[in-house]
Order: sequence, then C-alpha cells, then structure tokens
Amino acid sequence: MSHVQPRVPLLEMQGIRKEFPGTLANDDVSLAILPGEIHALLGENGAGKSTLVKMIYGVLQPDAGEMRWQGSPEHVASPREARHLGIGMVFQHFSLFEALSAAENIALSLDDAPEASTIVERASRVSQEYGLPLDPLAMVGDLSVGERQRIEIVRCLLQEPSLLVLDEPTSVLTPQEAERLFETLEKLRADGRSILYISHRLEEVQRMCDRATVLRQGRVVGACDPREETAASLASMMVGKDLKPVERESVHDRGEVLFEIRHLNRPAETPFAVALRDISLQVNAGDIIGIAGVAGNGQSEFFEAVSGEVLQSEPDMVRLCGTDAGALGIGHRRALGAAFVPEERLGHGAVPSLSLSQNLLLSRHASDHAEFLGTAGWVQRARLMAKSRAVIEALDVRCGGPDPAAGTLSGGNLQKFIIGRELDRQPRVLLVNQPTWGVDAGAAAHIRQALIELARNGSAVVLISQDLDELFEVCDAMAVMHDGELSEPIPREQATLETIGLLMGGASMGSAA
Amino acid sequence: MQLALVRRQYPSRVLSVFTPFIAFGLTLLAGSIMFAAQGLDPLVTLYTYFVEPLIETWSLHELAIKAAPLILIGVGLSVCFLSNNWNIGAEGQFVVGAITGSALPVLWPDFANFATLPLMLLFGVLGGCAYACIPALLKTRFNTNEILTSLMLVYVAQLLLDWLVRGPWRNPEGFNFPETRIFNDAAILPELFSEYGRANWGIVFALVAAIGVWLMLRKTLKGFEVQVVGASPRAGRFAGFSSSRMVFFAFGLSGALAGLAGIAEVAGASGQLRPVISPGYGFTAIIVAFLGRLNPLGIVAAGLVLALTYLGGEAAQIALGLSDKVVRVFQGMLLFFVLATDTLIHYQVRVTGGTTAGDSRGDR
Repeated sequence: MSHVQPRVPLLEMQGIRKEFPGTLANDDVSLAILPGEIHALLGENGAGKSTLVKMIYGVLQPDAGEMRWQGSPEHVASPREARHLGIGMVFQHFSLFEALSAAENIALSLDDAPEASTIVERASRVSQEYGLPLDPLAMVGDLSVGERQRIEIVRCLLQEPSLLVLDEPTSVLTPQEAERLFETLEKLRADGRSILYISHRLEEVQRMCDRATVLRQGRVVGACDPREETAASLASMMVGKDLKPVERESVHDRGEVLFEIRHLNRPAETPFAVALRDISLQVNAGDIIGIAGVAGNGQSEFFEAVSGEVLQSEPDMVRLCGTDAGALGIGHRRALGAAFVPEERLGHGAVPSLSLSQNLLLSRHASDHAEFLGTAGWVQRARLMAKSRAVIEALDVRCGGPDPAAGTLSGGNLQKFIIGRELDRQPRVLLVNQPTWGVDAGAAAHIRQALIELARNGSAVVLISQDLDELFEVCDAMAVMHDGELSEPIPREQATLETIGLLMGGASMGSAA
Repeated sequence: MQLALVRRQYPSRVLSVFTPFIAFGLTLLAGSIMFAAQGLDPLVTLYTYFVEPLIETWSLHELAIKAAPLILIGVGLSVCFLSNNWNIGAEGQFVVGAITGSALPVLWPDFANFATLPLMLLFGVLGGCAYACIPALLKTRFNTNEILTSLMLVYVAQLLLDWLVRGPWRNPEGFNFPETRIFNDAAILPELFSEYGRANWGIVFALVAAIGVWLMLRKTLKGFEVQVVGASPRAGRFAGFSSSRMVFFAFGLSGALAGLAGIAEVAGASGQLRPVISPGYGFTAIIVAFLGRLNPLGIVAAGLVLALTYLGGEAAQIALGLSDKVVRVFQGMLLFFVLATDTLIHYQVRVTGGTTAGDSRGDR
C-alpha cells in the first residue's frame, strides 16, 4: 500500500473550468485519482464539488480543461459513456422508483439489462461479497434510506466500475450504517478499485481516505494526506479562515412550558408518507430541544402538523404558548407567538420569483398584521422594505441590490434571511427544520448562535436536524424520531453519539441506553 | 457549431416589455407571407387590415365595442392564470352572464325603470360567477382538471342559449326567428357619445375593472396571495393561504367579469339574445391575457390590438374578399409568437462550439 509511488493515475482532470450564469463553479481545477485509493474531495456546500463530479460522470461538460482516463485523453459526453469507461456514481439524492422492487430498479439502470432472474442472482452475489445486505425483491418504498443507498451502490458495482464516485454518502445514514459503509469501501479498495469520496465530514475522511483534494469557491486550495492533517487544519483549508466555535452556556433559566405536543397522531396521507404515532414533547422557555433522525422518518409530517399547515383532529394535540392550537391554521399559530422555518427554502419557506420584502410578508402578514397592512389589506410597502433591510443587516445577508428576488440569493444567504425574518419577531416558540442544510460553515455557525441566543432570551426552540454534530453543539436535550415515533428527550450531558445513533436506527429506549 | 439556449441568471426586464412587440412584428411578417401566397399585395392588405379601421371615428367606436369584452374577460383571466387556475371556459361564463342578465327584460318586458339595467348587470355578474364556480367546485372537491371541465361547460352554455332563443324565450312577435324580444329602452346600455358612434359604457366597465384588478394585484394582500399561491402552492400553504379558497376566488372573479361582459354585450351592441352572441371573445381573451403579460394594464392594450384583428378581418372580408377565417389565423399566430418569444426572457441564445448534454443548470 504505497500510494505515494509514481503511477499512471486512473483519472486525471487538468485545468477544468465550468461557468454557470453568475457563478464560476470550477476554475482551473486539477485532480488525479490513483488506482486503488480512496480519494476525498473536500469542500463546503457550494465549493464546486458536485459540479466537478457531474463532469467526471458526463452529466455536465467542462467549458475548458482536459480529462485523462488511464493516461489517454477522453471526452465523456454522457453518463452512459462514463459507465462504459468504468465510472460508477452514487448520487446524494437517490434516483429510485419507490413503487418498483430493488431488482427492477437495478435492471432499469443497466445499459443492457439481462433477465430478471440473472439480476436477482448477480445482485445477491455482489451484495454478499461486499457486505451490503439487500433483498432484491423488496419494494423500494418500504426500505430505509440506508437500504436504498445499498441498492444504488450494488447497481453501480454490477457494472464492474474501476472508479466509484460517492456524493456525500453518509449524510443520510445513522452512525452505525455509516460504519458498515466504510467497511464496504475498504473491501472495494482492497479489490483494487478507486473511490472518489465527497464529503464535508472531516472525521470520516481522516480515518478512511488516502489522499484529499480540497476545493474552495471553485478552486483547488490544497491537496494533502488527510491523516497527516488535523481536523482543524482541514477545516480552515475548506473554509478559508478559522471558525469561531458556537458558544453555549449549559446552565440557564428555564421558564414555563411554551411548546407542548400531546399524543399527536397523524395517519399517512400517501403510501410513501410516514404516519405519526403518539408523539409527545414538552419544551420550556429557555430550552433548545433537538429532534434527531434519518430523513424520511416523519420529520416533514411532524413539521406540517406542528406548524398548522395540516390541522389536528384534537385541539390539545398541539399547545403553543399555553393555548390549544391543534385546530388553528398556521396564521393563528403565528399570532400566538410561534414561528416556523421549513426545510425547503425555495418553494416552501420562500417564493423564488418574489422579492425579499415580499417574502418577508409571506410569513409575517398574520403575526404583524397591523404593521404591514393597512385598511382593505393594503400592503405598506415602505415599512416592509425597511424591515427587510433591517433583517438583511442583522443577519449579514449578502445579496445584490436593495430588494432582489429570493431566487437570486445563494442558499446560505437565503436561509439567513428566512431565519432572520422569524428571529426579528422574537417569537416565543420557534420550530426549525434542518436550518443549516446546504449552508456554508460560516453562515451555519451564525444561525446556530442565533438559535441559542433566542432560547436564552426566554423562547422555546425545537430544532429538527440530521446533523448530529449540530445537535450536540446547540441542544439542551435530544429526542430521536424513527418511523413516526419520537423518543424521550435525552439531556445533552447524558447523550452519546452511540445512543442517539442506535435510536436513529430504530432501537428502543431501553436497549439503546 | 450550434445554437444553444442558455438560462439567464435574471429574467430580462427589457425583453419582458418588448417581446409582445416583437411577437406582433413577427405576426405581421408571417401574415404578409400568407397574403403574398394568396396573390395579394401584402402592404395593401396589411393597411386594410390594421390601419384603415383606425382612421375613422365611427370605427374607433367599433373598436371600443369589440375591445370592452376582451379586456373585461382578459383581466379576470389574468387573476386565474396568475394563481395557476386554468379557466378556459370564459366563453361559457360570458354566455351564461348574458342569459341570466337578459332574464329580466325578456321575461318581464314591462319592468322598465331606473333599476332595470343595474339589476340586469348584477344578474349577469352573478350568473357568470356561479357558472365559473362549477369547475372550481369540481377541482377542489374531486380534483378534476379545470381545463377540461371549464371548456366543456362552454358547449353546455352555448346549447342552453340556443335552446332558449329557439324555445321558451323566443320572441312571440318575431315571426319564428330564433331571437328573444328586443329589450325595452330601460334595459339598453347607453352609448357614451351617441352623435359620433356606438361605443357604450362597456369600455368604461372594462377600464375600471382593469385599474381595480391592477391595484388589487399590486397593492393588496389578496393580490400577494394570488401571486404566492400561483408561483408556489406549498409556500402559499406555509403563508397560511388556502389554495381551495383561491380557486373559488379566481374562478369567481373571472366568471363575474365574463358575465358582466356578456350582459354588457347583449344590453349594448345587440339589444336582444340571439343563438350566437360572441365571435369567440372568451377564447380570444386568453390571447389577450397572455399578450398583456397577465398585467391588467397591459391587457387593456392587448385587448385593443385583438379587437383590431376582428375589425380588420371584417374590413378585409369586405374590401378584398378574404375569408373571415383569416381573423383566427392572425389571432393564433399572435399567441404562438407571444409564447415563443417569451422564451427569450428567461434564456439567451448563444452560439456554442461543443455539444451540450443535459441540464446546464445543475447546482454547484
């Protein structure tokens, strides 16, 4: 295992450039992947990692630069050609049909699919060989996210790729599932295959990867052996500056119960939705409670129910600021003092084609009726603009022009605006879903600090997140959502990564503790 | 080398103002080719078609008569289309408004006083509104596609009118012609300047409706709701707006305006119900709404342009012997070019060297 020996790289990218309207996504990027190595591609969200791998896989074409495969120049015009060369890719967002079985999904992706029975047999063999347990006949809609990812990996492996590209594979896994994935990847490396591993999680890169290329704002800012670096040095390479850690004092005043869920039940509306089952939770003024869990275990359904986008069958299932709110719509719940930040920014938390000041009105028209609306619903535009400017300044939102369309802001800046528009009200209850997903590290730290300050000033905050590091950094206690059920909150001091991870995987409270 | 459409970072403001003009220019160009192919001098024909109706006072009045229903209906449709409700049945709501509004002068011809006309207009508005609520109800209750239901209801309304004027509502003194009795004088929409031409209060209703809806869309929470629900239903729900109430609001408003246009048409220009009372205003108004960029003030201008195609068509039919189908051809081309040139607002044309596969908009 001497990865420093000069060898012909399996894949070499040189001087790659890719421009999108308004952004230079990749600028003079060079990268070499040797046979039989796990190569990490590190960078924050928006650094240009996905653009680069899409060009490797033929989804996008570079504007300039050269790609060499085993030493000879290649032009990869389509994913089909990439697969033909021996490149396989597992995307961050899976492309599986939920109503089809695993084997059918695999057959669909193969360029010349053999008989169904052959696929089942080959898939079973590959899954055994690499420790990827898989039932080829199971319906995808019934499977967990981890199991779905295995289908994606198995269907790549069936093509016998010499390079496997994985885009943020652990972002949807429990710690235990991630552990199993690492074992599989090590087996693949031992087989002589190369892996391009995209991540922003430093620990896993350090323990597994042989070399790392770090991207920042579309440029390569470093190539290193991650095992010789510290997490801090890698982080500052990614971010470009030293990050100030989030400050959180663990001793604080707790007030009355402001947020209360009592035996919340909600049947699944579609075959692929999750039913909520007997969820109860109390949050006091001053506390931040985290809700951990793998995506798709009922978090969105929970958010819709608590926010009032969907009403409850009993008014006391949701109590906000001491009032039964289960039968009230989202506007009434806001008027009680609650605020909500959904996971999806574009098309849910904000309308991309409308300006920021209009998007301010979107969530504030019910709670601040007197301030922003005159008689007959006449919109007070000047006041909206002034408030929007205040939010932009308070949260340091970077945007072009005084009142640009929401869709023109970067994800992180739009998220800062969406959070800022709620914080500006000093809501007594705040429910946020994945507030830092896709947000750069600087903005994420800013948002987390703001959540802590809101709670310490006497509000109840509920933070739904899949990012365990974030939950441990911010929360006073953590509950875990699995398959529509919510565990008891575990105080921060007693929670460990392992307990939370087991609960995320579906273990019961007793066996996990 | 090849041409590629590259998405603009921001929609072009300049082009969103100018594409209707570009589209109109292209329509004239394509029209000239069509005339030339028929052996006519394109310049003379276009002059007859688009200029002659504008140089005489009486024909300007005719223009106002034709433009009024187009603007009224188009303004209502803009609220529908902005809120993502596809009301294709304005023609039917126009007809039903004309029928319900005419009930008073047809069934009680002796009821003739100052209240007659206001009541007729009110019934017309209510009739059109109620008729438009049928597809709204079907959409919200049964998730039916409103394009199909509203369109099919057009034929129901037309046949209902046909049956009424041939059957129960036929003029007893009308020698069996399929017409209702002539409305009494109190039931006639007055002309504005009767010494110069026939233009009536319909065009005033149209302008008031356009300004009112423009203010509603631009300045009020309701207008904001229309935009949010139309652009993103999920964000609308997050804002606390009910999408099913919006369906009723949009259909109800556009049905009411179409109904008003319908009763204003029969109480103004024709003074009685006949089997056919509209040269397709309800459908042409769809073109008007899009040509006017779904902006009520733009729709006023677009309504005048489309009204001109009707007048020009009549003139060309009389002076040059062209088929009246030419009107439809012009209207169709205009809509085609408007929608086609709209692409330029969001995309720019670029000459590229290599092949561009797939989506060039992927995230970074």
